[in-house]
Amino acid sequence: MDTVKDSKGMTLIVKTVTRITIGFILLYGIYISLNGDSAPGGGFAGGVIIALSLVHVMLAFGKEVALKRLHSYAMRFSISIASLVFLYVVMIRWHGSYSHIVIPLAEMVIVGAGLFAIFVALVLLSKSDKDSE
Amino acid sequence: MNLIPFLIVIPLAAAFFIPLVGKRIKISGDIISIAATISLSGISIFLASLIATQKVLMFEVGKWAAPMGISMVVDGFSVFMLVIVNSIAFLVALYSTGYIKKYTDTWKFYTLFMLMVGGMNGVLIAGDLFNMYVALEIAAIAGYALVAFGIDAEGLEASFKYAVMGAVGSSFMLMGIALLYSYTSTLNMADMANVIANKGASKIILFVSALFIMGFGLKAALVPFHAWLPDAHSSAPTPISAMLSGVLIKVLGIYALSRIFFNIFGMTPKISMILIGLAVISMVVAGILAFGQYDIKRLLAYSSISQIGYIALGLGIATPLSIMGALFHLFNHSISKSLLFLNAGAIESSMGTRDLRKMTGVLARSPVIGYTNLIGAMSISGIPPLGGFWSKIIIIFACIQADRPVLAFIAIAVSILTLGYYFKAVTPVLFGSKGTHLDNKSKPITVTMAVPMVILAILSVVSVLLLLPNTGRSFLDGAIAVLVKGAIR
Repeated sequence: MDTVKDSKGMTLIVKTVTRITIGFILLYGIYISLNGDSAPGGGFAGGVIIALSLVHVMLAFGKEVALKRLHSYAMRFSISIASLVFLYVVMIRWHGSYSHIVIPLAEMVIVGAGLFAIFVALVLLSKSDKDSE
Repeated sequence: MNLIPFLIVIPLAAAFFIPLVGKRIKISGDIISIAATISLSGISIFLASLIATQKVLMFEVGKWAAPMGISMVVDGFSVFMLVIVNSIAFLVALYSTGYIKKYTDTWKFYTLFMLMVGGMNGVLIAGDLFNMYVALEIAAIAGYALVAFGIDAEGLEASFKYAVMGAVGSSFMLMGIALLYSYTSTLNMADMANVIANKGASKIILFVSALFIMGFGLKAALVPFHAWLPDAHSSAPTPISAMLSGVLIKVLGIYALSRIFFNIFGMTPKISMILIGLAVISMVVAGILAFGQYDIKRLLAYSSISQIGYIALGLGIATPLSIMGALFHLFNHSISKSLLFLNAGAIESSMGTRDLRKMTGVLARSPVIGYTNLIGAMSISGIPPLGGFWSKIIIIFACIQADRPVLAFIAIAVSILTLGYYFKAVTPVLFGSKGTHLDNKSKPITVTMAVPMVILAILSVVSVLLLLPNTGRSFLDGAIAVLVKGAIR
C-alpha cells in the first residue's frame, strides 16, 4: 500500500498495523461464515466482520483508499448478485437439494457490502467531513 | 407448478436485477419493471380463476408442514387484493416511464418500486403473522425511501415524519405479535385462530387488539393516526402517491386489520364499536379538512383518509352486506384514487402547478386529462352510474339494515361533503379557457402517461360489473365469504 506515508488518515503506526491485520480480518470473516453450521457464527456475523474490516481501512487510510478497494458500483453489484443467488437457491430448494455453502456466502456478501454501504453513505453525507472543505 | 411463490420471487428478482444494469442501460428499469408487473398481474388473475373453484391455495416452503413451516396461503380475499395491487402496479409502472424522466438515477426508483410491490404481495400471501410483519416492513421502508425520492425539503420532511410514525406503528404491531405468540405458541394464522377459539377470550386478546388497532390503524391512516398521510402522499413523486393512496394503505392497513380481526380473533361487538368510531371520525374530520386544501394532491390525500373511513365503517358493521360494501368501495377507491393521483401528476407536468387557484382550463388544454379527472372525481364522490355510487349506497343500505340509522345519516352527509370538495377540485379542470400565462412551462403528456389514465377511467366506469352475476360477482363473493366467516353472528 503506497499510501502509508500519505498525510491523510491516521498515524503511521495505525496504518502499518491495519495493513498487516486486514488480511487476517477478512479471512476470519470468511471462516466465521463458512463454519456457521458447526460453531457459533454464520453469514451475518461473518458479513459484519468483513464490513468492519473495510471500515477499518477507511478509518486508517481515509475514504479514497477504502472506496478504491470497493467502490459504489462494486457494492451495488455484489449486493444484487448475492441477492439473486439467494433467490435462486430458494427456488432450487422447492424442488430438490441445494448447496449449504452458498447460503452463508451469499449472506456474508450482502451483509458485508450492505453495512459498508450504509457506513459510506453516513460518512459521505456528514457535513463535518473535513475532506469536503 | 405452483405459482404462488412467484408473486414474491418476480418483484424481488426484478428489484435486484435493475441495479446491475440500470445505470448503464437507461431504459432497462422501465422495461424490467413493466415486464415484472405485467407478469404479476397475469399470475394474480390466473390465481383468481383458480380460486373460483378451489377456494384456498397453499404453498409450503421447503415442504415443511403448515403449523411449523412457513406457508403461503391464497384465498378469496388475498386474491381479490392481489389482482388490485398488481394491476395498479402495472399501470403505475407504465405511467412512471413518462413521469420519472425529470429525476436522475431512475433505476433507484424502479428498484424501490419493485421492492414495495414485492412487500405488498408478501403481506397478501403470508400464512403466518410474523412473515406478514416482515413483508409489511419491506413495503413500508421502500415507501419511506420513495416519498423522499425527489430530495426536496418538503419530501424529506414528509419522509422523516412517515418513517418515525411508521416505526412507532410497527413497534406496536411487533409487540402485539410477540404477546400473541406467547399466548398461543404459534404464529400460523389458521392455527392461531384455532388456539384462540379453544382457549377463549382473555384480557391479553383485548390488549393485543388495542395494539393492532394502533399499529395497523396508523398504516391505514384512520384519523387519530393520520398525521403522516397528507404530507407523505402529497410530496411523494406522483406514481408513488398513486401507489401509496391507491393500494399501500389498503394492503398494510385495511387488509392486515381485517385479516387479524375477522380471521384470527373473530369480530366482537367491542372491536366493531371501536372500528366504527374510528371510521366515523376519519370520514367526518378528513372530509372537513379536505375542504381547506388548495394543493390538489393534498386534497386527494385528505380524501383518501375520508374514503378509508367508509371502508372501515363497512368492515366495522360486519354484516355480509356491509362487508360487501366495504370491499367494493376498496376496489373502487383503489381505481379512482390512483386515477386522480396520476391525473394530478399529469396536470402538474403539463401546467407546472399543483395549486387549484392557479390552474385553469385543463379540459380545453388536454381533453384526456380533463375527462379522466372528471370520471375519477365523479366515481369517488358518488355520481350514479359510476362505481363509487354503488359501493357507497351499499354501505348506506347496510347501515340501515343493521339498524343504525345514525351511521347511515353520517355516511350520506359525508358523501355530500365529498361531492363538495371534489366539485372544488374539478372546477378549474372544467371551466376556463386555455390561457396563456402558463404556456412557457407547459408541455404535452406522453402516450405512456395517458394510457394508464384512460384504462383506469374505463375501469371505474365498468367496475359495477363486479356486482352483477356472471360477470365478476364470484370474484367479489370469494373475498366476502372469507371475511363473513369471522363476522359477528
